[in-house]
Amino acid sequence: MKQGTMNQRQQSPALKTRFRPNIVAKQALPWAVPVLLLIAWQWAASVGILPSRFLPSPRAVGSSFIELSASGELWMHVRVSTLRALSGFAVGGGVGLLLGLFTASMHWAEILLDTTIQMVRNIPPLALIPLVILWFGIDESAKLFLVALGVFFPVYINTFHGIRSVDRGLLEMGRTYGLSGWRLYREIILPGALPSILVGVRFSLGLMWVILIVAETISARSGIGYMTMNAREFMQTDVMVVGILLYAILGKLADLLAKGLERYWLRWNPAYQSAQ
Amino acid sequence: MPVTLSSNDIAAGEQRCSRGVSVAINDVSIAFDGRTVLENFDIEISAGEFVAIVGRSGCGKSTLLRSVVGLETPQNGTISLGKVADNVAEHHGKPDVRVMFQDSRLLPWKKILPNVMLGLDPALTAQARKVLAQVGLAERANDWPATLSGGQRQRVALARALVHDPNLLLLDEPLGSLDALTRIEMQQLIEDVWRSRGFTAMLVTHDVAEAISLADRVILIEGGRVAFDEIVNIPRPRTRGSARFAALEERILGRVLQRRPIVEDEW
Repeated sequence: MKQGTMNQRQQSPALKTRFRPNIVAKQALPWAVPVLLLIAWQWAASVGILPSRFLPSPRAVGSSFIELSASGELWMHVRVSTLRALSGFAVGGGVGLLLGLFTASMHWAEILLDTTIQMVRNIPPLALIPLVILWFGIDESAKLFLVALGVFFPVYINTFHGIRSVDRGLLEMGRTYGLSGWRLYREIILPGALPSILVGVRFSLGLMWVILIVAETISARSGIGYMTMNAREFMQTDVMVVGILLYAILGKLADLLAKGLERYWLRWNPAYQSAQ
Repeated sequence: MPVTLSSNDIAAGEQRCSRGVSVAINDVSIAFDGRTVLENFDIEISAGEFVAIVGRSGCGKSTLLRSVVGLETPQNGTISLGKVADNVAEHHGKPDVRVMFQDSRLLPWKKILPNVMLGLDPALTAQARKVLAQVGLAERANDWPATLSGGQRQRVALARALVHDPNLLLLDEPLGSLDALTRIEMQQLIEDVWRSRGFTAMLVTHDVAEAISLADRVILIEGGRVAFDEIVNIPRPRTRGSARFAALEERILGRVLQRRPIVEDEW
C-alpha cells in the first residue's frame, strides 16, 4: 500500500497543477443544475407564478425545516424512520446474506430452496401491503417485514452470484495450501464474493428507503412518511417538501455509506481505489 | 528406471537428497469424458531430482502434475511419494508438496506478505519476510498484488511455495506468461533455490530450452505416454550457447516435431 500510494503521490502534483482549473470546474459542475433550479424556483415563488398551495418557496421550506428541527419533531420522525429502515435492512439483509451463502455453498440447499426464492422474488413487496396490514396492523412489525422482504432479494441474489463466481483457480490454489472448510471460506470465498455482495447491499439500501416511504405513507403513526401525509391533511406543503427532501438526503447518505464500505473493503481492487 | 545424477550434481547437492522426496507414478491412466489424456503412464523420480516434462499442448503434462498434487484423480494406477528423510521430518513424515501455477494465483485482497503466509503459522512471519527477501521483493511486503508486474507476482508465488520448505515443488508452466528477460531471471532464481534447498522439482513446460537449462532429466510426453526420457548431462551453470546444449535442444525439438499430424490427409 505504501509503495502504491507513494507512486500515486509522486504523480499527482504535476497532474494537479496542470488540471487545477478543470478540477474546480469538475467539483462545481454537478451542483450547477440544482442551484439554478433552486434560484428559478425561488424566483417563480416570489413573483407569484408558483402558488404556495402547490409548491412553497425554497425559503418557506427552509424556515419550516428550521422550525420543525427546533421543536425536535423532525428529529423524532427521522429517528423513527431511520431505525425502521436499518432494522429492516439488518433483518432482511442478514437473512439474505446467510441464505445466499448457504444455497451457493451447498448443492442440495440450492436444489431445495432456489426455485422457491426465485418465485417469491417476482412478487413486488409493496403488493403485499394489504395482506401485511391485515397480518400486522399498522404496527412496527409491518414496516419491518416489508423492508426486510424488499432488501432480502438483492442481497440474496448477489451473494449467491458472488460465491458462485469466485475464481476457481484461487480455490484450487487454496486447497493445495491446505485451506479447507471455514479457513477456505474466510480467506478466499468470502473476500472473492464481497464485490458482488456489496453491489447487492448498495442496491438494497436504495430499495430500503423506497419501501419504507410507501409503507409509512400508507400506514404509520410516526416517521417521515407519516409526517408528510399528515401535512397533506392540513395542506402544509412546506412540511411535505421537507419530508420529501429528507428522503433524498437519507437516500444519498445510505449510498455514501455503501460507497464507503466498498472503498474500504475493496481497497485491494484498483477499480475501487479512491481517485486521490 | 534407475536414474543417476551427473557427478557434479551429486557433488553440489549432498543435502539435496535429504530434503526432497522421490515420486513414483505407476500405470496411471486419466481420461476426461472418455478422452484419454494419460495412458498406463510410468515414471520414477528420485529424491532431489529436477525433472522437466515437455510436450505439445494438450499432451497431458499439466494433468500429470495436477494428479501428483491431488487436483485430479487417476482412474487407474498409483502415484506415491517417498518418505521424508528423518532429519527433516517436520511434517510428521508426510511430504510437503507445493504448486506454482502459470498464473500467480495471488489473493488480490491480501497484501504481499499475507499472501506469502497463506496457510502458514502466523508465528513464522520472520521466515516469510526472509523468503520474500530471497526472491528480491522484501520492500513490497505491504503492497497489493495488483500493483506488481507479472514477473514480480510469480516471484511472490515462488516465495509462497518456498516458505513451506517443500519436499516436492511442482511448477506448472510458471514462466509461460512472462517476457523473455524476466523468464531467464526467474529460471536462474528457481535453479538457485533448488540447488540450495534440494527439494524434488517437476517442471512442466513447452519451452525445450527452459527444460534443458534447468532440469537433470527431460521427459517428453506424447499421446499420453513417455516418448523420450533423457538425462541432461551438461554441467551447471548451463549456458544456452554451448554446443552440447544446442545439440540436445535440437534433438528433443526434432523428436517433438517429427510427429506433427499431416494436415493434407484431411482432404
